[in-house]
Amino acid sequence: MTAAELVPVTPGLFTLEADGSGCLIGGYCPSCARYHFPCFPSCPYCSAEGCQERLLSRRGTLVLFTSVRNRPPGYQGEVPFGFGIVELPEEIRIVARLTQSDPEQLRPGMAVVLALTSVDTDEQGRTVVSYAFAPAAE
Amino acid sequence: MPTTVEIAGVGIHSFGRFRDKTVVAMGAEAVRAALRAAGVGRGGFQAAFCGTVYTGVAAGHKVLTALGMSGIPIMNVEAGCASGGAALSLGVEAIRAGRYDCVLVFGMEKMPSGIIRSSFFEPWREQAGLAVNPAYFALRAQRLMLESGVSAEHLAQVSVKNHRHGVHNPHAMYRKAFTREEVLNSAVVCPPLTLYMLCSPNEGAAAVVLRRGRGRRGGQVTVEAAALRSHLPGSVLGEHTPMSGLTTDAVASPTEMAAQAALAEAGIGIEDVDVVELQDTDSGRELLSYEELGICRKGEAGACVDEGRTEMNGRIPVNPSGGLLSKGEPLGASALGQIVELYWQLRGEAGDRQVAKAKVALAHTVGRGANACVVILKR
Repeated sequence: MTAAELVPVTPGLFTLEADGSGCLIGGYCPSCARYHFPCFPSCPYCSAEGCQERLLSRRGTLVLFTSVRNRPPGYQGEVPFGFGIVELPEEIRIVARLTQSDPEQLRPGMAVVLALTSVDTDEQGRTVVSYAFAPAAE
Repeated sequence: MPTTVEIAGVGIHSFGRFRDKTVVAMGAEAVRAALRAAGVGRGGFQAAFCGTVYTGVAAGHKVLTALGMSGIPIMNVEAGCASGGAALSLGVEAIRAGRYDCVLVFGMEKMPSGIIRSSFFEPWREQAGLAVNPAYFALRAQRLMLESGVSAEHLAQVSVKNHRHGVHNPHAMYRKAFTREEVLNSAVVCPPLTLYMLCSPNEGAAAVVLRRGRGRRGGQVTVEAAALRSHLPGSVLGEHTPMSGLTTDAVASPTEMAAQAALAEAGIGIEDVDVVELQDTDSGRELLSYEELGICRKGEAGACVDEGRTEMNGRIPVNPSGGLLSKGEPLGASALGQIVELYWQLRGEAGDRQVAKAKVALAHTVGRGANACVVILKR
């Protein structure tokens, strides 16, 4: 798979490198020193303007998880897939897909790492990718 | 002396699936029933507030046009699952402000089948598989299991309780009792939630006629409070289904804020409440509501189920109507469906699902937005 065939599900959420890797793009508020995702000019917590884009850590810990068995509306990708909440060192929790769809293979607090995964194919035959977390090698 | 607002009459169109019926026809039936019960005819109310989510442009206008009752101000209100509650709070405030003597509040819905598709989600979020309501519910249920002593059996027991109540409700969609095993063994939707732990989106309508109180003559049901609140940022499990949140769990939820405001407004504590109808979109949502409304302390939802506190013969019966798990959830109508049920409960007209000697009732809805509404009724 070459990078030319990959397209992000929507711009602005994550960087996408030639090898298919990337980083989530968070928003950092200089006024209250808190992070949010996705990045927005106004801070959702203190309402200050002038939030800055910052790349978020790729590694985090799993907080909660479940799996989606039935294809939800508007979704053309594979089922089942994992769905959960990941905590990053920036003191932010992210709602994300998980590459592991079997809850028996997951536990709260386990180390996870960002993985961009295929969710669809667009009209031009390109692979549409979105962000997910995968169990990390300990 | 502050203005009291009383309920002059209520009406309902059963919740369920009605393939050959339009949403306007259902709304019109509920409105007719409420007006008849209130003894109010055309010209007898000065404004109307209509809660709905999926009906589209000028929904309330279509109903009152069909009934030949247009001409007055008609306001359509969307606040997700709390739409009917938002409409009610506007009606109550309008009477309190002295603007009107009598108003009509109604809600109606004809929902698509299956997992609710919501224009709330941007198309990319659907494409990425991140627009899955039951998955969010499942994460919330898992947190209750980790932090509130809740087991899969507790989640099942909520469904058992509400379905047992729903058997006695002629307006419910499902009137069948289930055992704990049947609930646990129903299809897994998103673990730990199974099919019978989730409510079905459906169709229906409900209506309430409000009027300025005429002083206590006995028997009137008054609206003591109707508080609507939206979410604060930071809770990653909030009903606003955010994409991120803070690492703290200390953010007040819209339900907590609405409950505190409503109880303060009514000048009572939760211990004074005799009967509750609350948002049981899924079993976990009901258990979380116990903690957020103060029916039990934080972290004790599981123990609250073990004790049977919210059963019909418990300290504070919850969802005697069968809840959304039995009735199904027509978004715009569900909050007013609760008001209809509690009006009957307070008047002793709830038949086989009557809670004995109920004098104070609390209704709670919460959902998309996020919005939460808490209403307190008294007789």
